[in-house]
Amino acid sequence: MNDTFDLRIGESHIEVHKFLGGTILLSVIIAVIAQSFLPVYISKAGILDLPLLITIYFGLSRRNPSTGLLLGTFVGLLQDSLSKTPLGLFGIAKTIIGYLASSIGARLDTEHPLARFALTGAFFVVHQAIVVLVQKVLLAQAQPLFTMKLLVATLVNSVLAVFLYFLLDRLRKS
Amino acid sequence: MAPLPSRHRSLFLLAGVVLLQVLLLAIQIRTVESADGSRSRLIRVWSVSAVSPFERSGAWGIGRIRDAWRHYFALSDTARENEALRRENGQLKLDVMQLQGKSAEADRLAALLNFKQKQAKVPMVVARVIGSNADANSAVIFLDQGQHEGIRKNMGVITPEGVVGKVIESYRDTSQVLLLTDRDSGVGAMIANSRVQSPVGGMGEPLLNMKYVGNDDEVKVGDRVVTSGMDRIFPKDLPVGVVSDVKPGNSFKQIRVRPSASLEKLEEVIVLLTTDPLSLKQDTPVAGATPASPSQPAAQPISGLTNPKPAEKHP
Repeated sequence: MNDTFDLRIGESHIEVHKFLGGTILLSVIIAVIAQSFLPVYISKAGILDLPLLITIYFGLSRRNPSTGLLLGTFVGLLQDSLSKTPLGLFGIAKTIIGYLASSIGARLDTEHPLARFALTGAFFVVHQAIVVLVQKVLLAQAQPLFTMKLLVATLVNSVLAVFLYFLLDRLRKS
Repeated sequence: MAPLPSRHRSLFLLAGVVLLQVLLLAIQIRTVESADGSRSRLIRVWSVSAVSPFERSGAWGIGRIRDAWRHYFALSDTARENEALRRENGQLKLDVMQLQGKSAEADRLAALLNFKQKQAKVPMVVARVIGSNADANSAVIFLDQGQHEGIRKNMGVITPEGVVGKVIESYRDTSQVLLLTDRDSGVGAMIANSRVQSPVGGMGEPLLNMKYVGNDDEVKVGDRVVTSGMDRIFPKDLPVGVVSDVKPGNSFKQIRVRPSASLEKLEEVIVLLTTDPLSLKQDTPVAGATPASPSQPAAQPISGLTNPKPAEKHP
């Protein structure tokens, strides 16, 4: 995957971050493997959605909607392929999240931890909403959306995202 | 063609990628469709679900248009068709009535023919009733056969059920018959079982009167009354009727007899061209009259005059 990208909107210039070669691909693979591997040993890890956090981070950093949605598609399908969910369930959700993250990242400063926390929480809820919607409408599998588990998962993933994004920032090209 | 802005390109790309994944979901997913556990491809379910509303709407719209055309714009044809159907229905009803009449006529003629074949040695002629009495006080009919066919005055007239009357006038091609129910009519008769003889005459009403049976003679309701041959008009043992009422009188019983022949519904009759006795048999089952009492026998029709529909021939 290409690690560099430039973006101009109007008169303002927004910095498009570049990463070391293979960082995005490697991050995605590690996140997906960890997502399927951790719950085996740590049952509570099931509330984490590491592929989603990776998608959000690189979407916010790359700030290109097309790249963001394709990254989301790739991550989502990869996650689907490693789980029992039908191919496309997480793919659709992460495609949309990748698009939204890239679009928002191109307009807002997403470097602040609080902004990252809030955006991750919002994207997490939207992601779950899309998953529930797809399950209900396309797969006829009714699932509740707003539960305490969702709230906890949102908080945990948002907190984790702040630290994870900090680590990933280390992989940027200066 | 101007290229799409980057923002729009990404939107189209998003839509395309999502759509592809939706199709991917549809292809790989099966869903339980019915209670019997049958499965079908989800993409087929989706396709049907997506297309069927349009099909349903189209069918509804076409149906409404067709109904509107049929119920409003095509009413002129409907009215014409309705009128034609009414005419056809009326014609069919008329045809049915005519066929029913012809069927009954065929039955009657068959009975007459059967009688003629059985009594081949007896000269007789079949005549059709072409007229009835012109006044309410007399019971006469006109036949379409007359002297040309050998019909003469005082010849007996019968039907397969029994005695009808006698010829009172004969013309070239027409003859006039006085029915048994006329006040001036009379026939030599007797009780079939007891052989008690007495003339039977009309009273101007549907029932006949057996005039001179003594109070000591035994007569029961239901007794058959047949011709005695004493009047020299009718051969002996032709059915006349059935005793329907018996009352003691001053010197004679008051006996009412119901005619065996359907005198009020005559259409074809037989004119006996002789007064010689017929070789009549009495072994034919009862068909000529309905007994007044179930325990009593009815008047028997003339031998060989088996009526195909006896129930319809008697009042």
